[in-house]
Amino acid sequence: MKLHEYQARALFAGAGIPVPASNVAFSASEARGVAEEIGNPVVVKAQVLVGGRGKAGGVKLAQTPAAAQEAAEKILGLTIGGYPVEKVLVAEASDIEREIYLGAIVDRDAKRILLMVSGEGGVEIEQVARNNPSAIHREFVQPSSALDAHQGRRLGFMLGLDWRQVRQFESIARSLVKLAVRIDASLAEINPLIVTPEGDLRAIDAKVNIDDNALFRRPELAKLRNSEEETGPERRARESGISYVKLDGDIGCMVNGAGLAMALLDVIKLQGGEPANFLDVGGGADAAQVRTAMEIILADPAVNLVLVNIFGGITRCDEVARGVVAATSGLDRDVPLVVRLVGTNEEEGLAVLRSAGISAYTGMVDAVNEAVGRAAA
Amino acid sequence: MSILVDADTRVLVQGITGNQGSFHTRLMLDYGANVVAGVVPGRGGQSVHDVPVFDTVEEAVDRTQPNCGIIFVPAFAAPDAILEQAAGGVPLIVCITEGIPVIDMIPVYHRVRAAKSRLIGPNCPGVISPAHKVKVGILPGQIHLPGPVGVVSRSGTLTYEVVQSLSALRLGQSTCVGIGGDPIIGTSFIEVVDMFERDPSTEAIVVIGEIGGTDEEQCAEFIADNVSKPVFAFIAGRTAPPEKRMGHAGAIVSGGSGTAVEKIKAFESAGVRVATIPDEIAAAARSALS
Repeated sequence: MKLHEYQARALFAGAGIPVPASNVAFSASEARGVAEEIGNPVVVKAQVLVGGRGKAGGVKLAQTPAAAQEAAEKILGLTIGGYPVEKVLVAEASDIEREIYLGAIVDRDAKRILLMVSGEGGVEIEQVARNNPSAIHREFVQPSSALDAHQGRRLGFMLGLDWRQVRQFESIARSLVKLAVRIDASLAEINPLIVTPEGDLRAIDAKVNIDDNALFRRPELAKLRNSEEETGPERRARESGISYVKLDGDIGCMVNGAGLAMALLDVIKLQGGEPANFLDVGGGADAAQVRTAMEIILADPAVNLVLVNIFGGITRCDEVARGVVAATSGLDRDVPLVVRLVGTNEEEGLAVLRSAGISAYTGMVDAVNEAVGRAAA
Repeated sequence: MSILVDADTRVLVQGITGNQGSFHTRLMLDYGANVVAGVVPGRGGQSVHDVPVFDTVEEAVDRTQPNCGIIFVPAFAAPDAILEQAAGGVPLIVCITEGIPVIDMIPVYHRVRAAKSRLIGPNCPGVISPAHKVKVGILPGQIHLPGPVGVVSRSGTLTYEVVQSLSALRLGQSTCVGIGGDPIIGTSFIEVVDMFERDPSTEAIVVIGEIGGTDEEQCAEFIADNVSKPVFAFIAGRTAPPEKRMGHAGAIVSGGSGTAVEKIKAFESAGVRVATIPDEIAAAARSALS
């Protein structure tokens, strides 16, 4: 789950990380009000869940509340990375002496939290990793998940900070790691962390992604979910325990198992077709779950055929077949179905399909070829 | 022969009274596995399919001497279940549970290693060895045959797909190991491939990977330097869009890293044949082994 900058800033502030005064505004006049409260020059920043805001014109400096209102008006009309800008952050502007990158992620290889810093703040860390990898310094956090003070100091000295700044940096780095653990962040990033002309460190941007698997025990964070992160069908899928990712093609896909679902998309493309979605109906899906999945797939108007690929293990073919029949019989759209059904209770499943006039394949590639051929026809 | 499990495997099922635990205990028993104990706190003294249930792993270990544990408990309790098995000295722990918060797995991974136990998973289908009629997991037994192919995979149903096509060509499996689809898992591709390389009953190795992380790339490097047996691979997610989690928590192309293209390239440069369609693996293995 992704958070907006204003949400992440609030978490940072609560964790003791110094952030300039700011507030979110949903209209240009609200933006003016926030700027008046702050009383100094402000930055007005589009709040969207994608990067590249600056290049898209989504970040503007404003010297006065009136200028902030004008900037917000322009930014609130933008669409950035496909997302219409519906809110802006109005933050006290900072003079910048130096920009640093500081980020914490879960490192899969080391099985630890990895803290990364670079002297090239304001630039995406992936880009620094490609162009100037030696600019990145790393510390792995102990499995107990607290950053040792000396690790924070080392990174601060690697960045060439003076002793007073190193002490600030150490505190910020340790707070960031502590926060990441407390909120189950898969990513917690300050980019940039700036040094002001007075020599103080400030986080002037904030990015936080939260592990979806942890939201069951973080209800206060689950409430922060932004509706624009997912479409209606995506939300319904998540709430039903179904993994669904919308794609650009016309062949709707229903599969049990993530690996098999990915492989099906690959084979469809290989055979010249275009999948409309990734969908893993989950292990042990019953007829009702299959029906929900079918409704989610068919909510996409681009879908003109549905390919069902089930390898029954925990999932029983007869349950899948009943769900498919139930979902398609009550539909107002007449969408052709291609079904591949093998595994547990295969015979019973095929019988259910046959009685509804649906034929099924046993080979995945045969089913894909049929689907691709019919979708193109 | 086989890896990880064999005729001497004695299985402890944690979460045996739950829906999944009870259902799959039945299937493991039917397949031929020796399930010796169940553990569910508060349910000690009961039995499930004639398997005695204990309150603690410690008691189950004392009374029934399991050498392998499987975990079916929900995500919120699974990290503790893994640690309880490690503390009880269970040498092989298979965690089926999906949805464990990744930060929970950090201390668990390191503590299991320190306890000298081996963890398979989480979010995995488990381990099966057809020649010994031993299954510690949820893999459908009926599609497997005894034979010379070692299979290791991050996926469940995609593995079944490949296994079925292997069995259709009368290519049985020495052992199939699902290592799990999460970002942090107890056992890597390299470790399982290394076991297959040393296992006399395994003549060919199948690696089924997917997008996300760099475990496949590291495995490819290992294969180039250390593996003499023929290796065949499939990588799922060639067409997956970036920054989207494809079902498995670990299946995501992030910041341009973890793509199928990189993994395929790594395997090919290590001399591994990479199939474009899962079924092709069986045909390639058939011709290599005949």
